[in-house]
Amino acid sequence: MVASTQTAAPDYAGRYALRRWTVLPATYLVAIVALGLTIVPLLFVLVDGFRTNGDINNSAAGWPHPWVAGNYTSVLTSALFWEFLGNSFLIAGVATALTLVLGSMAALALSRYEFKGREVFYTVFVSGLLFPIGVGALPLYLLLQRLGLLDNQFGVAIPEAAFGLPITLIILRPFLRAIPGDLQEAALVDGASRFRFFGQILLPLAKPALVTVGLLAFVTSWNQYLLPLLVLQTNTHFTLPLGTYIFQTQYSQNDAGIMAFTALAMVPALGMFLFCERYLVAGASGAVKG
Amino acid sequence: MTSRSTALEAGLAPPATEESAAAGPLRAPWWGRPKLRKKTELTILLAPALILFVGFVLIPIVIAAYYSFYNWSGYGPLNDYIGFKNYHYAFNDPAFIQAIEHTLILTVASVVIQGPLSIGISLLLNRRFFGRTVLRTVIFAPYVLPPAVTAVMWSLILQPSGFADQVFKALGLGGEVQLWLANTHIVLWTNFVVLTWQYLGFGIVLLLAGLQGVPTELKEAAAIDGASPWQVTRRITLPLLGPTIRIWAFLTVIGSLQVFDIVWILTQGGPAGSSGTIATYMYLNGVQATDFGFGAAIAVILFAFCFVFALVYQRFALRRDTQGALTRAVG
Repeated sequence: MVASTQTAAPDYAGRYALRRWTVLPATYLVAIVALGLTIVPLLFVLVDGFRTNGDINNSAAGWPHPWVAGNYTSVLTSALFWEFLGNSFLIAGVATALTLVLGSMAALALSRYEFKGREVFYTVFVSGLLFPIGVGALPLYLLLQRLGLLDNQFGVAIPEAAFGLPITLIILRPFLRAIPGDLQEAALVDGASRFRFFGQILLPLAKPALVTVGLLAFVTSWNQYLLPLLVLQTNTHFTLPLGTYIFQTQYSQNDAGIMAFTALAMVPALGMFLFCERYLVAGASGAVKG
Repeated sequence: MTSRSTALEAGLAPPATEESAAAGPLRAPWWGRPKLRKKTELTILLAPALILFVGFVLIPIVIAAYYSFYNWSGYGPLNDYIGFKNYHYAFNDPAFIQAIEHTLILTVASVVIQGPLSIGISLLLNRRFFGRTVLRTVIFAPYVLPPAVTAVMWSLILQPSGFADQVFKALGLGGEVQLWLANTHIVLWTNFVVLTWQYLGFGIVLLLAGLQGVPTELKEAAAIDGASPWQVTRRITLPLLGPTIRIWAFLTVIGSLQVFDIVWILTQGGPAGSSGTIATYMYLNGVQATDFGFGAAIAVILFAFCFVFALVYQRFALRRDTQGALTRAVG
């Protein structure tokens, strides 16, 4: 190790050089292990989807011999897979739209107006973080039964939107508040109504936050399992995660088919993620400030 | 496991702008009757969200509390009032006590094991190195996969003489191979490993984001003053990460308390209840056994767990972060 020859001052340069030599390999080691542990299971499912059941039964680990595309094509040509996919999109789409529209309206009220009880309203919404949808699922089932919304995609989407509101408000409110009041006054002086100011100036300015909030609502709905499991009964109404599990239980002998189905069921989530990762991670880094 | 996804969201509140830039009162001239107009506008904006929220988040809990006093199979009139019998039965059922234990074990393990792991990994990854962006993406990816699909994947990997066993053998650890999903002594920890696989990336990404908020100047200044790298980490980085860590822990606990999908798909809480959680117990004994009054009681108990934890945590941990830290995540 090259030590600095200075005697009086603490030898931080040397120490940090040392650190670089010891820490960088450690970083790479951790990086490689983390990478491997994450990717190998995913690759396994993907690759095994190209094997035959006989091949899999011979040995659980190994390259396909021969490669067959049949598992994938039979999933892709089954009507049910596309129905699951469609339902997932329908439910997540409705839930996201509802959360976004109602959530941003409420966020405007709670950020751009002064009124008595404002903080109380906000606290009520924030308290929703204590009621994760997993806790609310069975109670919701009872409610939906009374409302006649069982086995109905909207019976899943509407509660999901409601459960998405707390976080939407938590993210949007500070964001909308941070936009200076001068801007609002200028618009009002120019004769715009408050709503017009909201719609034409404020919300466009808040677009990064809205995108993040919308994505989170979408992903949350897309990944939800317990509520669809309780509410949906006809398999043509199932979501993709629910359908994947049902497929597994129904074709438990067909490992290769399940692998292919599982791999394909991951594609939409991974695709959306790669496409939108910037917003999700940027969101997590607080970069939504824009 | 939705609440984990709320986790991400809570990590997102833009820091510390709230108090500085509240919208001023509107002083612009207004024709008509400003007060009435403001009220109308507020109603239009606030009412729909409030109705949705109260109707589908708060009321169901109330309904569940009501149903929990009845013996009710899910059909027919609600007329068999039994008082606290459902609760009494639950707390006298060894399987339920076991489910509570498992849930608490998973919760504590999530915080105690995943916490240091995410902190360690994010500290190591918080420097420039080749491939960092790719790595970050990959590590985060499991978090966005539907847990149900992940669980199906792992159930294939972990089946007897499946891929996991082959890997163990290839590594010379063939003797360590277990019936991962059937050995009652192990199965809870198998579930924990899969849960960790699914959710570790979330903590890492949250913490990496928090680390970006730690000013480099501070660390440099400390280093110039003679602090060792370890001291810098211990005395500067970690304390500044405090709010992020506390939020992460809060969301992890709330998420773990209600864990359902992965456990249900991997083991259905079995074998013989050896991996059952409160939520799987609720599904098994409330929904599948069509004993909805009982299921409602379990839901109320589960809610009480989350509620008590949140109150205590808010009181003792989160309050240290200025203003209700629920609203103030990273930063």
